[in-house]
Amino acid sequence: MDKTISTVAEAVAEIPDGAQVMIGGFGGSGAPIELIHALIDRFRATGSPKNITVINNNAGNGYIGIAAMIKAGMVKKMICSFPRSSNAEAFNEKFLAGEIELELVPQGTLAERIRARGAGIPAFYTPTSFGTELAEGKPTEEFDGKMYVRESWLKADYALIKGQMGDTVGNMTYRMAGRNFNPLMAMAATKTIAQVSELGAPGSIDPQQVITPGIFVDAIVEVSEPQQEEVLVRTGVVY
Amino acid sequence: MSDFNILEDQLSNAQIAWRAAQDIEDGSYVNLGIGFPEMIAKFQPEGRDVTYHTENGVLGFGKAPAEGEEDWDLINAGKKAITLNPGASFFHHADSFSMVRGGHLDLAVLGAYQIAQNGDLANWRVGSKGVPAVGGAMDLVHGAKRVAVVTDHVTKKGQPKLVETCTFPLTGVGCVTRVYTSLAVIDIEGGKFILREKLPQISMEELQAVTGATLHTDGDVLDLIVPQDL
Repeated sequence: MDKTISTVAEAVAEIPDGAQVMIGGFGGSGAPIELIHALIDRFRATGSPKNITVINNNAGNGYIGIAAMIKAGMVKKMICSFPRSSNAEAFNEKFLAGEIELELVPQGTLAERIRARGAGIPAFYTPTSFGTELAEGKPTEEFDGKMYVRESWLKADYALIKGQMGDTVGNMTYRMAGRNFNPLMAMAATKTIAQVSELGAPGSIDPQQVITPGIFVDAIVEVSEPQQEEVLVRTGVVY
Repeated sequence: MSDFNILEDQLSNAQIAWRAAQDIEDGSYVNLGIGFPEMIAKFQPEGRDVTYHTENGVLGFGKAPAEGEEDWDLINAGKKAITLNPGASFFHHADSFSMVRGGHLDLAVLGAYQIAQNGDLANWRVGSKGVPAVGGAMDLVHGAKRVAVVTDHVTKKGQPKLVETCTFPLTGVGCVTRVYTSLAVIDIEGGKFILREKLPQISMEELQAVTGATLHTDGDVLDLIVPQDL
């Protein structure tokens, strides 16, 4: 089953207005910059997709990637753990002006909610956030003398993720700490779109090295020399 | 009263970090919170084998690389460039927080806005204004076998950070077991602050006056001695 898509523009062409989109990456590593920028290009050319809900650990940094999506006005809501990055002006301005919604989720709970959806588990209990304002209104229960908070799975229509090696049936590897949320989001979304630095035939990746099995990936596009978010932020690039 | 001046005579962050580092046990797995707690790794005593965990999926990272040698796919939770020690591993975020919540870490050291005498910690926001951000702190306080805090003893305005009850939004309930401050080392046991060490030049009365809850003792209070040249 060949899942190859030839361009990033085609890869993101069907994402509709109002979609809930998981985007991989943590800080400056593992972000699918080319897929994000292709989505921004489409929005600038057609006005769509708009009113997007983005799920990521952060809320964009600098003036590229998710920050550029926010700046462009495509994003209705962010679901993240740490919007307050070193250069998060794009999000901060819209948030303080009441122009973007925020659902703040502790980082480990965010990861587990995403994993739970991928694993078909609608809810789970975690000690995280018990007794804090982030647990208000959520059911709690005691297990072995300790209190836990019930959290529910987090769904998405699409996931945009970045890998290192990929093959045409969707198997993937990741580069160093660029792995982060990418394998979880691949499992959780209805449709997962991946960009990889090297795309090969089935068999080009040693099966023992596969991190994300192809069953979790729906479309894969080669971006042979991907841009690195942190480098773009540090060099002041504006998209 | 002695002529102790808290803002001039208290320990620097490096000295607090040095003291905290002395208690990190050989063979332990440790997560250091972003910012000030990260400094503790620099003072790890010779001969101790410590494996550092970072939330974004790296176990066994080492020192920062030389300037110009950074690979920005190799970072810690503070988004700083790191290097790998032999035996390091990468994993995704769900595995990373399984290490945290599953009780596999021996120690987490975090910063604080306030610590209450029952071990409650407030370290993620000071009010309802601005942009909130929580990151991994709420997970870390419930994960590690021991949760310690490094902090100045009082705020820049002189307000106690060790209090009877936190007034800032909580990060976790009853989670902190040891506090390393700029004046003292204090354990939290049975809902009380137990003073273990204090700077020799500050009196008990002076220390109590800048602490927002009663300091108890349980045996000797040792002198808090740190290198002066940090």
